[in-house]
Amino acid sequence: MNLLIVLPVLLPLLTGVGTLLLRSSTRIQHVVSITGSAGFLASAILLLVRLRDGGILAVQLGNWPAPFGITFVADLFSALMVLLTAVIGFTVALYSIAAIDLPRIRYGYHPLLHFLLMGVSGAFLTGDMFNLYVWFEVMLIASFVLLVLGGEKAQFAGAVKYVTVNLLASMLFLIGAGVLYGKTGTLNFADLAFKLAQNPEPALVNTSAILFLVAFGIKAAVFPFFFWLPDSYHVPPAAVTALFSGLLTKVGVYALMRTFSMIFIHDMDFTGPLFLVLAGLTMVIGVFGAVAQGEMKRLLSFHIVSQIGYALMGLGIFTQLALSGAIYFTLHVAIAKAALFFVVGYVARRRGHTNLARLGGLLRESPLVAVLFLLAALSLAGLPPFSGFFAKFTLIKAGLEASQYAIVAVALLVSMMTLFSMTKIWNEAFWKDAPERMDTDARVPAPYLQAGDKWLYILPIILLVGITIVMGLAAEPILQMTGRAAEQLLDPAPYIRQVLGRMP
Amino acid sequence: MHVLLAILSGILFAAGVWLILRRSLARLVLGLILLSQAANLVIFTSGGLHRAAPPIVGENATALEAPYADPLPQALILTAIVISFGLFAFFLVLIKRAHQETGTDDIDAMSEVET
Repeated sequence: MNLLIVLPVLLPLLTGVGTLLLRSSTRIQHVVSITGSAGFLASAILLLVRLRDGGILAVQLGNWPAPFGITFVADLFSALMVLLTAVIGFTVALYSIAAIDLPRIRYGYHPLLHFLLMGVSGAFLTGDMFNLYVWFEVMLIASFVLLVLGGEKAQFAGAVKYVTVNLLASMLFLIGAGVLYGKTGTLNFADLAFKLAQNPEPALVNTSAILFLVAFGIKAAVFPFFFWLPDSYHVPPAAVTALFSGLLTKVGVYALMRTFSMIFIHDMDFTGPLFLVLAGLTMVIGVFGAVAQGEMKRLLSFHIVSQIGYALMGLGIFTQLALSGAIYFTLHVAIAKAALFFVVGYVARRRGHTNLARLGGLLRESPLVAVLFLLAALSLAGLPPFSGFFAKFTLIKAGLEASQYAIVAVALLVSMMTLFSMTKIWNEAFWKDAPERMDTDARVPAPYLQAGDKWLYILPIILLVGITIVMGLAAEPILQMTGRAAEQLLDPAPYIRQVLGRMP
Repeated sequence: MHVLLAILSGILFAAGVWLILRRSLARLVLGLILLSQAANLVIFTSGGLHRAAPPIVGENATALEAPYADPLPQALILTAIVISFGLFAFFLVLIKRAHQETGTDDIDAMSEVET
């Protein structure tokens, strides 16, 4: 049994249980939380180092031979996504020390955070459709509670929508899995990929493919299923929003990419254009929604939607370069987005609200945070030398090579609009003078920040911005790695061989 | 039997969708519960139905003989029921608290409270 695959699930579980047992002391909880997520990060790095040349690891849990038992599989794509989870998890744990208030921590913030991380890395590592459903639920229940934790009025309204839509999505996912099992007699990814390649039954399998598309589309907030996201993501504290935006929608994207590049490939003439249309609409509508917003969290929430479109664009073009770009883009956007939400959290703490019209003067007040925001925002908009530039460059190059000019034009336009809405935040919050009357929101007790707390806010932002810069400067080796991950998705034979132990 | 179950799950889906389109939160929960039951029935039906054919290997045989009831869809449903039980328990508490906090059972009115 290979421990390396199981560790990214076990460590968050142990950390979660540990923080749950130690809930009487917040100080010890913080220490356990940071140590645990650092261990998670280390295990994710080890996994990636082991798989960086394109190997695949598989573990049969309970030693039941595949396809009868539950299989955990790590290929390069999974390993990269697990590393992303660990990076976001670690920075959020760090950021939470200062940013999450005491009542929330007393009511179990840390255990929930780590159970959520466990669900996410389980979803990335599993090789079984039904097990994926179970990990989705683990992740969802943790996210439900994180969303309402704190019990503010707005949180309930947001949570009701979020829970309803996600329960519907899970139900569609479940039906899809049931129908798929009825038709193929298996739910193991490798076995499915093999059986469907041998004997595609489009009429029946397409039903479950579309059910999966809708279910994962809802999770990933793809047009036309994205309305719940901007309506609920702005209600929890910024640390939680950063976690959600970095990981939850990305799990949806991962599931779409995994299923529609390995399993449901028999009808690409239909799904390819469908993905491109959805990608274009997701990008455009997301960014227009963002431009219209006057509140930082809502504006950035619409950007989550818009950016999902780019990842989908890679899946729609469906060449090796496009998938490589989509994977790189997913990594980039989760990190840039989390950094931006961290900045929002800092602003909210400083001013007690994040309403752009009433903000201002933050550049003079905290120049370091302003510069960090600018770097992350430029990265999101796709300016060189940040990671966003290379992500979009790769996707657009792939689009041009595949002569998909329409989606390339849309992607470029949306990039410009992204830059525009980022400058809107920059101008309103940081650049313009502070308004005469400094009205702070009564709900937040003290906008005053102690020096130590301030650095706990800023350090995670520096880490994430540093990563997006390094990802940009070292784009070549990272793109080679995502390229290999894309190859593995396009040619599932080694994956199947590794899981089933033979080429059946 | 297949047809009967298909019709039954169709009715459950219809009722569930009708209920979640109401604005009342209590009906929303009931609708979701009906939908999840309908989903379970779909899995059950699509897994294939066989009467009185337990998946037990015969005394002198080494493998299962063809018409047997597949236990896996039932295991899937069992897992799904447990998970949805937990989720609905949480959801019920959530709408109770939401009702206490916002003083309304109407989703639209609740969104107005938020802004």
